[in-house]
Amino acid sequence: MSGLDKLDQPDRLDQPVALMSYEEALTRFDPVMGLEVHVELNTASKMFCGCPTEFGAEPNSQVCPVCLGLPGAMPVVNETAVESAIRIGLALNCEIAPWCRFARKNYFYPDMPKNFQTSQYDEPIAFNGWTEVQLVTADGFDTVRVEIERAHMEEDTGKSLHVGGATGRIHGADHSLVDYNRAGIPLIEIVTKPIEGAGERAPQVARAYVAQLRDMLLGLGVSDVRMEQGSLRCDVNLSLRPSADAPLGTRTETKNVNSLRSVDRAVRYEIGRQAARLSEGGRIVQETRHWHEDRGVTTSGREKSDAEDYRYFPEPDLVPMAPSRAWVDRLRSVLPEPPRERRTRLQEEWGFGDLEMRDTVGAGALSLVEETIAAGTSPAAARKWWLSDLARRANEQGVELAELSVTPSDVARVQALVDEGKINDKIARQVFEGVLAGEGTPDEVVARRGLAVVSDEGALSEAVDRAIAANPAVADKIRNGKIAAAGALIGAVMKEMRGQADAGRVRELILAKLS
Amino acid sequence: MSNLTRRTAAELADLLAAGETTSVEITSAHLDRITAVDAQVHAFLHVDTEGALAAAGAADQRRAAGSVSSTLDGVPIAVKDILVTKGLPTTCGSRILQGWVPPYDATVVSRLKAAGLPILGKTNMDEFAMGSSTEHSAYGPTHNPWDLDRIPGGSGGGSAAAVAAFEAPMAIGTDTGGSIRQPGAVTGTVGVKPTFGGVSRYGLVALANSLDQAGPVTRTILDAALLHEVVGGHDPLDSTSIDQRLPSLVDAARQGSSGDMSGVRIGVVKELGGEGYQTGVGERFEESVALLVGAGAEVVEVSCPHFVHALAAYYLILPSEASSNLAKFDAMRYGLRVLPEGVEAPSAEEVMRATRDAGFGDEVKRRIILGTYALSSGYYDAYYGQAQKVRTLISRDFEAAFGQVDVLVSPTAPTTAFRIGEKVDDPVSMYLNDIATIPANLAGVPGLSVPNGLAAEDGLPTGFQVLAPAMADDRLYRVGSALESLLVQQWGGPLLAQAPSLVSEGASA
Repeated sequence: MSGLDKLDQPDRLDQPVALMSYEEALTRFDPVMGLEVHVELNTASKMFCGCPTEFGAEPNSQVCPVCLGLPGAMPVVNETAVESAIRIGLALNCEIAPWCRFARKNYFYPDMPKNFQTSQYDEPIAFNGWTEVQLVTADGFDTVRVEIERAHMEEDTGKSLHVGGATGRIHGADHSLVDYNRAGIPLIEIVTKPIEGAGERAPQVARAYVAQLRDMLLGLGVSDVRMEQGSLRCDVNLSLRPSADAPLGTRTETKNVNSLRSVDRAVRYEIGRQAARLSEGGRIVQETRHWHEDRGVTTSGREKSDAEDYRYFPEPDLVPMAPSRAWVDRLRSVLPEPPRERRTRLQEEWGFGDLEMRDTVGAGALSLVEETIAAGTSPAAARKWWLSDLARRANEQGVELAELSVTPSDVARVQALVDEGKINDKIARQVFEGVLAGEGTPDEVVARRGLAVVSDEGALSEAVDRAIAANPAVADKIRNGKIAAAGALIGAVMKEMRGQADAGRVRELILAKLS
Repeated sequence: MSNLTRRTAAELADLLAAGETTSVEITSAHLDRITAVDAQVHAFLHVDTEGALAAAGAADQRRAAGSVSSTLDGVPIAVKDILVTKGLPTTCGSRILQGWVPPYDATVVSRLKAAGLPILGKTNMDEFAMGSSTEHSAYGPTHNPWDLDRIPGGSGGGSAAAVAAFEAPMAIGTDTGGSIRQPGAVTGTVGVKPTFGGVSRYGLVALANSLDQAGPVTRTILDAALLHEVVGGHDPLDSTSIDQRLPSLVDAARQGSSGDMSGVRIGVVKELGGEGYQTGVGERFEESVALLVGAGAEVVEVSCPHFVHALAAYYLILPSEASSNLAKFDAMRYGLRVLPEGVEAPSAEEVMRATRDAGFGDEVKRRIILGTYALSSGYYDAYYGQAQKVRTLISRDFEAAFGQVDVLVSPTAPTTAFRIGEKVDDPVSMYLNDIATIPANLAGVPGLSVPNGLAAEDGLPTGFQVLAPAMADDRLYRVGSALESLLVQQWGGPLLAQAPSLVSEGASA
């Protein structure tokens, strides 16, 4: 059977799957992971032609004979993509191949115009690297070293849209549409060596690795790394073995793991699923599985046996690449600071305590806070907004902080409005609501919602008078020195002013009138 | 001017320059000739009367305005149907591309257009250039103008036959293992396979990417040089194209035509002759070598011991690359689409299977199977890997030989044109036609075939092959031109003057 027939297999979402609790699974098995991350580069043009790479364009509007694989067309390597690949390799402490080639990976699929993917096989541009992944712990940070097998270049495929079925998947669809705009967009595939010894921290390590990779790629400026748009996609290979000294078990490859939260959940799920299966005396099939973000489960996809044969051979339409030593050295000399050094430096600059720093990193807010500070906000204020209100909103929406539609410059502007006395913290929250709802910039939200603090002393004074008159008992308490009772009057005034008043000034006015 | 089709391209260019004729007259004469004889020859798959005449008219206007685009501006040409032409059907001789009209021009085609050459049409070929007889065209065979019952060689039999039958003064062919040179030999025309990377492959529908090369098909060496200079040179769209200028080929052809070969060292390749070569082919070859010696050349025998493995290596590398190249013909985006019979709602894969089954001929299927097998895991090293090693050894043989001599020579093809149908069921015997031409493709060196007479036993043309080091294409033209002028002197005119006229006396052509 070929790959296409297998894809036609029904979903198995409705079949009950035995799961072992995560805790129990870890008492009985040792998980080993391998992570494959595909990164779409943000080059202006595609890997092998001059077509634009803009996301979301009209289907099949960014295509040419080369990326459509028309007869006779030939590829030309995008040098910027090679440069990005080398920089990624260097940032992951890889060796850079002095000489390497592209190869053809042959298989039939309608969204692949040539029915082969131009990729790299046994001669990747970068190999043998490592990176130190920062884990947050109860009292600060821990570091796990992840070995990098390789980072290689390849081209993306087109995108199929299956029409007519209930699930949007190929099964049950009555026809499919293909958009080739994505075909030929440069991809870098980064493959780890097996990550052993992570134990119960496996999901955390996987998530932290991907998060750190994302930050690193952002720092390099080589990709938009928007997981929700598919510009960073993660495949999780996972196997279990009875103990750390046992040979490696059979692995599954879970695809479609396209958010940081899902990386964590997919690892956890596969550990539970495989553990239940193995404990029942079953065996794990080497296969591709699909992650379903909505249900938090994986289902069986293609069976991936050794029989799958891509018939790789060197791409005869391209000449070998031989990046010069001088070029590689120059790229190395301008690499961004490695994550650990950066974290230490920023902690010192911002004056954060260890736990504050841990929470900032843990929330995925390091770069956001850094950018907010760069836009003129104090470190404490920047941290406060990202880690409290905005973190809560992200959590509610089930997205990463960076995926919120609030930018560091929005946060900086809101804080500036607070500092200028134009709004208070409570109103600031409403401003963020507005920005998140797509109502515009913070200033636009303030103007449209009429959210400015009332600084008209006359209006405020009248409101205070009304509150005193309406609450004679409270007023008496305050006159008798029970200043703590002022809170009730402040609340009443703020309510009347619909929050648009400076609470501090209200308090001053109340105390002055009742002293 | 009734004899315009008998003129060489260089002569036509001179007549145009002298104002003695127009491109429209020349182009019309060739279109008329196609009308008169192509029903018998079947060199063309598509004739673009309107486009050719429009281009000719534009050429005449340029000339009237004093702004010619090139020496060959206004001289018409035929193009093998494996090079994509914007707005003109391109089938590669295959059913699977029936009806496909490419949206872009191959670089070779855009250079022809930029140089002002009207394109008469697209010429017949073995399907996807797989074959040595043009019998594997899905649209029927091309016939050899010397004897219509015989093959014109292949895969570019259409281009060679068109030129030999005076339907076009020049044509573009492509040569993967001899598809320009072998048809040249069996039709009495000149064919040149340039250095690999010398002519852009962009828009040449790939058979075997590492072997394919487009080049000139003409009646004289000088015409080939003129055409080679129009289409050759670096192309940024082809990463394997060489960014380096060749010495002047036209100068080399003119220099050679003096017939003086003194100081030129020529190596006769021991492995490319003798057993398996037809008697008449051997005789004409010996005679040509003697002529060159008489003209002052120093001739030695050279051994290239690994050439005996060339055919085997070629029939692993070519099908491997071809099996991958041909995967794109899947009915999803262009060309033929066949729905499987008796299947209600066929899946994409079922449509692919039905289309490929109906759209590809037997020889194509044979090579896809061979290539798929050779690339399979577990066999790759034994087949594709070994073949690449042989390829390296053949390149070394060439290097060693070119350390001793300036050019190598051999018969172009082991036999004269065989009868249509004679070898069609015997692939290996068909493959052996390219035994002398394949080594040049494996090593990427340039080669040329020049007509060197008729075999006594059958009265059919034979070809003389000249091989030179990479980027020394000029040597081909110098030696080829010298031999051509010595032979033409001996014959008292071009060899093709002895070919049948194809049109009965009194018929208008």
